[in-house]
Amino acid sequence: MKFGVVVFPGSNCDLDAYHVIRDVLKKPVEYLWHQETSVRGFDCLILPGGFSYGDYLRCGAIARFSPVMNAVVEMASRGGLVLGICNGFQILLEAGLLPGALYRNTSLQFRCRFTHLVTDNGATPFTGLCEPGRTLKIPIAHGEGNYYVDPETLSVMRQRGQIVFRYATPDGQITPEANPNGSLDNIAGVCNEGKNVLGLMPHPERAGEAALGSTDGLVIFKSIIRHWEDS
Amino acid sequence: MKTGVWRDFGLKDSEYEMIVALLGRDPNYVELGMYSVMWSEHCSYKNSREVLRSFPTKGERVLQGPGENAGIVAIGDGLAVCFKIESHNHPSAIEPYQGAATGVGGIIRDIFTMGARPIALLNSLRFGPLSEPRVRYTMGGVVAGIAGYGNCIGIPTVGGEVYFDRCYQGNPLVNAMCVGLLEADKIKRGRAAGVGNAVILVGARTGRDGIHGVTFASEELTEASEEKRPAVQVGDPFMEKLLLEACLELIDNNDLVGIQDLGGAGLTCATSEMASRAGTGMEIELDQVPRRETGMSAYEIMLSESQERMLMVVEPDKEERVHSVFRRWGLDATTIGRVTADGILRVRLGGEVVAEVPARSLAEDAPAYCPEYREPAYRQEALQLDLGAVPDVTDVAAVLPALLASPNIAGKEWVWRQYDHMVRTCTVVLPGSDAAVLRIRGTSKGLAMTCDCNSRYAYLDPYTGGKIAVAEAARNLVCSGAEPLAVTDCLNFGNPEKPEIFWQFREAVAGMSEACRVLGTPVTGGNVSFYNETNGEAVYPTPTVGMVGLLDDVELRCTQDFKRPGDLIVLLGETLAELGGSEYLAVLHNLVSGAPPELNLEKELALQKTVLAAVRSRLVASAHDLSEGGFAVALAECCFGQRLGASVTLNSAGLRIDQLLFGESQSRVLLSLPEGNLAALQALAAAGAVPLQLLGRVGGEKLQITVDSRLLADLPVTVLEDNWRGAIACYMK
Repeated sequence: MKFGVVVFPGSNCDLDAYHVIRDVLKKPVEYLWHQETSVRGFDCLILPGGFSYGDYLRCGAIARFSPVMNAVVEMASRGGLVLGICNGFQILLEAGLLPGALYRNTSLQFRCRFTHLVTDNGATPFTGLCEPGRTLKIPIAHGEGNYYVDPETLSVMRQRGQIVFRYATPDGQITPEANPNGSLDNIAGVCNEGKNVLGLMPHPERAGEAALGSTDGLVIFKSIIRHWEDS
Repeated sequence: MKTGVWRDFGLKDSEYEMIVALLGRDPNYVELGMYSVMWSEHCSYKNSREVLRSFPTKGERVLQGPGENAGIVAIGDGLAVCFKIESHNHPSAIEPYQGAATGVGGIIRDIFTMGARPIALLNSLRFGPLSEPRVRYTMGGVVAGIAGYGNCIGIPTVGGEVYFDRCYQGNPLVNAMCVGLLEADKIKRGRAAGVGNAVILVGARTGRDGIHGVTFASEELTEASEEKRPAVQVGDPFMEKLLLEACLELIDNNDLVGIQDLGGAGLTCATSEMASRAGTGMEIELDQVPRRETGMSAYEIMLSESQERMLMVVEPDKEERVHSVFRRWGLDATTIGRVTADGILRVRLGGEVVAEVPARSLAEDAPAYCPEYREPAYRQEALQLDLGAVPDVTDVAAVLPALLASPNIAGKEWVWRQYDHMVRTCTVVLPGSDAAVLRIRGTSKGLAMTCDCNSRYAYLDPYTGGKIAVAEAARNLVCSGAEPLAVTDCLNFGNPEKPEIFWQFREAVAGMSEACRVLGTPVTGGNVSFYNETNGEAVYPTPTVGMVGLLDDVELRCTQDFKRPGDLIVLLGETLAELGGSEYLAVLHNLVSGAPPELNLEKELALQKTVLAAVRSRLVASAHDLSEGGFAVALAECCFGQRLGASVTLNSAGLRIDQLLFGESQSRVLLSLPEGNLAALQALAAAGAVPLQLLGRVGGEKLQITVDSRLLADLPVTVLEDNWRGAIACYMK
């Protein structure tokens, strides 16, 4: 299985996603320049974190017009796997591949810290190996990760299992204190109805080696690989 | 030229006469502007050059010393580390967010200009007391500006220091440091070699921003300084990210002859310095310079300090390739001139020559001054400390939490949680320990890095303060398991034309030089920032030391927090009868007086060797340097990381309790280790003649300090930690 890491001007976590896949998981991975028009040959696309086009406008608002995004949307519509991390999540929202929006953090400041996540839906291609009841220690680094969606859509998303990750205490309690940015319902990550597109604010690629303080992020990448191998 | 107009440009009459003599004629307005910026203190170091010569700058590992955009030190495996620190004090005083942001942008450019990939940022910040609303505004803006730039460009901000004192209220200090990594045989330099080669300008368009920024940096702040807000530039980290990637791609392909960033003094500085270093000249066509606005004069184009611009020299047959790489990154690049053989910087606009001066005269021929110096009158009084009038501490259980909540000692998480300190996934010791540690991908190595200065010591005794700044930085590195390599310094002082200030400067540099020599850490570059005064009041002399150290095996890194209940707690070094210049005296008794702690460099070196050997041989589980707040504060800090208590027993041995617990004697390190390793540690310490005291054990939920069989503190770690962790956030709410 081959991963592709899309590089937008201003992406800066492309290297980290590439590194964890190539050097930790030992899987094939290539960078994809934002001006590419084809994503043929890739089995999972990662839209990495960073500040695409500087994010001087709404985050991701310009990147979603990159030529590569047509191919990303097309791949997603065919059921291909697309993972948006942080800025990548923002771009997926702007591209209409995921519901909702991300406001500024309620602190009005950037936050970089470890968070703990509970998996609300372990039956997606991204979470198949997440053990129920076990929290994942994965860091965040963002200024605009405060997830919002209107109440009607939220209830539909809940029924369909589109809420994938929520911020929690280390022992799995969903509390206001565990919420780093004011997200509605402590939501950290959501998927589309088809479950093949996931966006999340936390950075699993930063939690791939013990030296970095956690290996919990690997569960997400390994789930992707397991899903692909099984299907 | 109207008589005296040069004075408005910050030039002395004698300097104007020198220019006339150099040119054999009066300079025109453009030329006068160019000399005034290049001969400003900021660019020419005219007041400091002679004194800076006393720094040791050579060493086996040094590949590039002072004089280039940044210093470079070899670290083996064909790799080298490039680093530098620089001030952006005045811009940050006037416009905190952009002032700090562009400081970060500038220091990053200095690093990738040398061919290095920037891997980490640090900063040393100093503000007035947090009780002042204006100070909170300034600090909020500075921290947001550093975060805004560093986070966007994707270079982790991994460490630094933050201090508060009334002397910085009107003139905060914002010193930014960047560390980069490169292959030792790919060093790039700012040289315009090769007659006929193209001179290419790339990056942001040139606007009217920042004109005379360096002149502004070379005078005191006054109430009128607010009007200089237009001299502060605006940063564009996205543009710089593109520049960084494109330039490193070109350097990697060996497509560039020379490269330099446009910082202070803009195009004037980059063209004249590059030509001067190579002994060449340059012809520049200003009509080719992409501009942000119409109607810009030659003077404005040559002096603009618009950010995110680079100048490079390229062989003619590679010109098209270079342009195509920039196009792919969506950058504006333009050939604006050629290298010439005659040593003259010749500038044209609209077909006319608007400036024609020897490049070397701008870059190298600024006068050097040896300003007068005189010991300041305040010192004799400040050094007197009558401890008889200061009652010894009686309530340690109340004093320790208060000291932990003092902003100078309190945890700085409010600051660093706003910085992305993890991007690039190499940060293996995160902010909050003695030094940050980054692994080097593809090797087993790691780099430790830190910034340090105690300016209160430097105020009381600049010589000792300078020595201690170097020693403490090195001590922080060895506590992390790294061998100290080299120093970059940011020397923040008041107006050097005042003899008392220049005395401080000379003394501090002399102290730093001695410490660098004994500890084997040469100075490879840095920055002098004078005129840090508000309405005539200078900041404390603040010689900030940035230092980088090498871990051959990054797995042997160490942090300050206690790891396991049951481990022994050991103090290396000697506690002397000292209290002068301490945070304890300042916070509890409102006293900034007394001699700062003594520093014996031979003892310091022995201590550092012992600590490094102990860490490298995995004898110890934690190592923490004793600094502000002394023993008790260091002990408490060791408890916080894993929320582990500790119980220690000390013998006062004739010292006062405040000296014993809160004195800041140098050359001391607190270690924890498994009991089974004690004999080996004792042998190491004995071999280095380093005093060792076994004080107690890690464990429980409380911090218990017993002195001469009296239990003086018995405090829950969580209470201490809340005081320490919450103090700054509480002010900033």
